[in-house]
Amino acid sequence: MLLISCPNCGSRDETEFHYGGQAHVPYPENPNELNDREWAEYLFYRDNTKGTFAERWLHSTGCRQWFNMLRDTVTYDIHAVYPMGTPRPATAVPAAAEVGTASVAADSTTIGNAAPSTSATSIISSSTAPEGATK
Amino acid sequence: MSTQQLPEHPDFLWRNPEPKSSYDAVIVGGGGHGLATAYFLAKNHGMTNIAVLEKGWLAGGNMARNTTIIRSNYLWDESAAIYEHALKLWEILPEELEYDFLFSQRGVMNLAHTLGDVRESIRRVGANKLNGVDAEWLEPDQVKELCPILNISDNIRYPVMGATYQPRAGIAKHDHVAWAFARKCDELGVDIIQNCEVTGFLKDGNRVVGVKTNRGTINTEKVGLCAAGHSSVLAEMAGFRLPIQSHPLQALVSELHEPVHPTVVMSNHVHVYVSQAHKGELVMGAGVDSYNGYGQRGSFHVIEHQMAAAVELFPIFARAHVLRTWGGIVDTTLDASPIVGTTPVENMFVNCGWGTGGFKGTPAAGLTFAHTIATGAPHKLNRPFALERFETGALIDEHGAAAVAH
Repeated sequence: MLLISCPNCGSRDETEFHYGGQAHVPYPENPNELNDREWAEYLFYRDNTKGTFAERWLHSTGCRQWFNMLRDTVTYDIHAVYPMGTPRPATAVPAAAEVGTASVAADSTTIGNAAPSTSATSIISSSTAPEGATK
Repeated sequence: MSTQQLPEHPDFLWRNPEPKSSYDAVIVGGGGHGLATAYFLAKNHGMTNIAVLEKGWLAGGNMARNTTIIRSNYLWDESAAIYEHALKLWEILPEELEYDFLFSQRGVMNLAHTLGDVRESIRRVGANKLNGVDAEWLEPDQVKELCPILNISDNIRYPVMGATYQPRAGIAKHDHVAWAFARKCDELGVDIIQNCEVTGFLKDGNRVVGVKTNRGTINTEKVGLCAAGHSSVLAEMAGFRLPIQSHPLQALVSELHEPVHPTVVMSNHVHVYVSQAHKGELVMGAGVDSYNGYGQRGSFHVIEHQMAAAVELFPIFARAHVLRTWGGIVDTTLDASPIVGTTPVENMFVNCGWGTGGFKGTPAAGLTFAHTIATGAPHKLNRPFALERFETGALIDEHGAAAVAH
């Protein structure tokens, strides 16, 4: 069970959340100009990163807000939580401080320090993010 | 019914050769699909100067982690054709491979719990019959007759409203299947190289000409990828993308019990699938974890959910204990159908996307993928499963019959 720090509600069990897959996949700017190959890319192709992955989560049984998260897909350590519409934080990821059992909730909280005022959110300059691009 | 002794191992299984500097073809991934591919390359196409590279130990990935269910009752023509061909191969392979891997055709039941389930199931039985797949619709009392430990009363949250049944379906000893293929491969001259991790590919323009490994560089004319959950990682090394998402899929066994469960029961709706292994363990599978993961483990609430479903359907399981749980990494596609065919890289071929149901497909994956590698063109059974379908839109949507939600 992951323990996920919702930016609005704080740490909650994974069962309160809904997974939204890869983050930062904007809707095509000019849909009418896309060929079949480009549509296939947009509809069916997503990164399948082994390592630190930027992904979307929805706090479906809490505040019902979407947010982004950086999570390691091997250790399941949560490295950062940041708002939709802001760029991915630089991946100066803290080394896994605890032992590498990231799916144990206690470890996830200690690493995934993701209340709204975390380092992840503070380094973000939102001016470069296209409005709504990742929603 | 009684629990069954496993057969003795043969005296000799396979060599552990050093990799040669070059091969006619290299298969990446020494699981069931990789070994079956190598076997059919050698047997059907005379390609014996080939190697299977395995980064860990032979058949230690999903081949060691699945719940061993074999069936072919898929909805669409394309799927029914390839899975039914696989089932027919399962029926002759123990003799052909001279290895008893305890293929037990004890039948598979897919339960229906809602009116929607019932309609979908009856439709699928009809489709199966038209495709020559044995299938029947069972009313609840017939379900109870075939599997007396199932609770068919209407005082549970999702009562059993019937089931589809495929009598020729069943289970097999997965490890023995891998060893059977591996022994025959070795006999035919195939090099099986364990602890050999692929770290990159050598290309001449857009053509693959070699494989870089932690045990040196191997030149080869053709490369076949059979890496399941790690397919995307290899594709990235080779310079192309796959429409694959890797998820953890968990399963578990109980301690050994006297035989109580005569068949295989799967439920899409309350989400559990159960059989009893030859030695007596209850073997149960769950749904995939929702998040992408390569960690070969998942979250415990998925196991809890699956146990709740199992205990509701099989009240006597309430007294059983979970002995072990584990996870494998499954390569899911958006249409729940596999990808077997060519890639954007010349002479590189891919067999992946079998997701949560690759074990049952092992022989057909091997047969068709070997054909594709040897001839450069798809076998008629895997032609519909090309990577191009995501561009053409000719998807094969098997979410209904794939049984595991993903």
